[in-house]
Amino acid sequence: MYQALFFLFAASAVGFAINLLIQRHPIHSALSLIGVMGSLASLYLMLGAEFLAVVQVIVYAGAVMVLFVFVIMLLNADKEEPSDRSKMAKYLGLPLLFLLLAMITVVIYRQFPEDAMVQFGDFPGQTAAIGRLLFRDFLLPFEVISILILIAIIGAIVLAKKEP
Amino acid sequence: MLSEYFSAVDFLLLKPAILLTIFGIGVMLTDLLLDERQKYFNAVTALVGIGFAAVQMLRIQSQMREAGVSEVEAFRGAIVLDGLGIFFIWLFLISTAITILISFRYLEIENEHHGEYYAILLFATVGMIFLAIGMDLITLFVGLELMVLSIYILAGFLRGDRRSNEAAMKYLLLGAFSSGILLYGMSLLYGMSNSTNLRVIGSALSQRPLGDPLVIMAVVTIAAGLFFKIGAVPFHQWLPDVYEGAPHSVAAFMSVGPKVAAFALLLRLFLVPLGELREQWEPLLIGVAVATMTLGNLAAISQSNIKRMLGYSAISHVGYILLGLVAGNETGLKGIVIYLLVYVFMNLGIFTVVVAMRRRDLVGDEINDMAGLMHKSPVMAILSLIFLLSLAGIPPTAGFLGKYFIFLSLLETGHYTLAVIAVLYVAVAIYYYFRIVVVMFMQPPADQELPSMSLGIRCALGVTAAMTLFMGLYPEPFIQLATGPVLAILR
Amino acid sequence: MPPVTPVHYLFLSMALFTIGVIGVLTRRNVIIILISIELIFNAVNINLVAFSSQFASISGQTFAIFVIVAAAAEAAVGLGIIIALFRNKETVNADEIDLMKW
Repeated sequence: MYQALFFLFAASAVGFAINLLIQRHPIHSALSLIGVMGSLASLYLMLGAEFLAVVQVIVYAGAVMVLFVFVIMLLNADKEEPSDRSKMAKYLGLPLLFLLLAMITVVIYRQFPEDAMVQFGDFPGQTAAIGRLLFRDFLLPFEVISILILIAIIGAIVLAKKEP
Repeated sequence: MLSEYFSAVDFLLLKPAILLTIFGIGVMLTDLLLDERQKYFNAVTALVGIGFAAVQMLRIQSQMREAGVSEVEAFRGAIVLDGLGIFFIWLFLISTAITILISFRYLEIENEHHGEYYAILLFATVGMIFLAIGMDLITLFVGLELMVLSIYILAGFLRGDRRSNEAAMKYLLLGAFSSGILLYGMSLLYGMSNSTNLRVIGSALSQRPLGDPLVIMAVVTIAAGLFFKIGAVPFHQWLPDVYEGAPHSVAAFMSVGPKVAAFALLLRLFLVPLGELREQWEPLLIGVAVATMTLGNLAAISQSNIKRMLGYSAISHVGYILLGLVAGNETGLKGIVIYLLVYVFMNLGIFTVVVAMRRRDLVGDEINDMAGLMHKSPVMAILSLIFLLSLAGIPPTAGFLGKYFIFLSLLETGHYTLAVIAVLYVAVAIYYYFRIVVVMFMQPPADQELPSMSLGIRCALGVTAAMTLFMGLYPEPFIQLATGPVLAILR
Repeated sequence: MPPVTPVHYLFLSMALFTIGVIGVLTRRNVIIILISIELIFNAVNINLVAFSSQFASISGQTFAIFVIVAAAAEAAVGLGIIIALFRNKETVNADEIDLMKW
């Protein structure tokens, strides 16, 4: 069951990602990315990372992608005209992609022992553990990243606001 | 209880960064109270903030001396303040302060004088500080993002100017892309060690077998991400474009602060966790360093835009600095530290001249805009000559000092070919730097408008020129200054 | 069926990473390039979560949370720059962003 689910979600993630790559219109690419994120959220659940799965759906698929879709609509972005480089990508890119993937599979496959992995529900009280870690071991980056968010807010306003 | 996890020392170490953040927020708040003609007050506030941070740094250093410790660990190993970190923090504070000095007249001319500019500069400095003292992948990553995100915004700060928009766009796309690649390498490091602490990762990596493919993949992705950030070949294409399109004062800042911070990150990652794998990355580094010097120097010859030319010259300097890491002995690392110190002053100096060239109706970034500077402002022309001599590495200016230690370290470690190549490229560099000198001194002025001067630009020119000359003529104290940090890395 | 190991997750992450890199290098629409970069960050997160699961330690997941925040901040600023660019130039095609040599 676990294996079947893994292959289902992994295949759908890769499928959506490839669809993202070959779609001409940005809105289709953005929707494909939401598909990738949904599949990944399911995989995170299977890995026992419930908190992250929820964050992935709420923050990523929810907030960030809505922002993307909003901007695409606002700019009324059009289909992309295929250029010489994108034709080259079609004929050269995909074979290269598969070659690279095949090589990396071989490389990685030799590296890791066939461990059993933690599965859904094996990490009791995990969200609390993440909270503890955030406020103890990683307190400093946690505080610093608040400045990062402040900068992102200021930056988006400074850059996108109309000339007075 | 919280006190089991943190002590007052942890927060004392953070004081400079906390003060910079508070002043950054303060600048944005007071900005609302100021009308158009009082905006220079924002620059004063930001400078006061840097002053406070500097005072706190001095106090931290004196407390460390009193306690007799050379490094302090805080936040459960997330940051380590050692000699190298202190040195880099001072460089960041100085480069941000000088950037603020040269900014306010420039922003006035561009009619984009907003308080956010100074706030973002201060936040970028906070990010750089964490890059210099971070000892944990997450802290380093957050510091890096803080720094680059600020610079994306600053590069696009002239919203009405298409070149500025394009520079910000290119920098963001390539910067985010390189962050992604770097992060992939970091995730592999975590996967091999089950820790985000650089020292733990280092000891875990040293137990992996030689030629382990996973290690090689991590080294390659991390190196590629870092080469993007410092602008080394083959990941340099963004750099001249971004320098050319970004506002002059931001290009000045980018060429020093963030560049030094990226080198701080590179030194940390290559010397602490990847230090044991020296044989694996040294050939890679030699190739990249030689290619970087070659491309930077040769491409700089044919440029007509001075910011673009300085971009390529910055690329060639990256090549020299990487050679110090190739040598890797005490002299080499000392050479890197001194080179970065010297580079901050001379590069900010020449960029200050470029900023002053921006006049009411002249962008002032073509080399020909400098024509006849000798007749218009002899002092500025002579100071530019000093900066250019120093960039080319001719004694008695400071630039010679940096190159001297790099060459010496190459000879000490037996890299004779590399030393010869590096010396040959100095000759090329002299050629393109002197093109500017010829235009300034020999050609008649094209117009009569004088360079735009302000108190800030005068101070910045004075400080950078004095340091460039002083370090060249009397290098002894600065060599001493560099020895401490280097010993901290080697230990 | 063979058990699912970290290798499977690493492979998936490498696949998404490669697709993202190809997207950045070949697509010309800056919005799609930005989306491809988001894909790269997601690939990193799979790695982190899979390793975290393998070691049964939470720090990898915490790292992934930081990555998500940084990616979101980058997307916000990136889209702000795209809007500023579009206002001056009416295009989102990277080939037309050519005032300076690309």
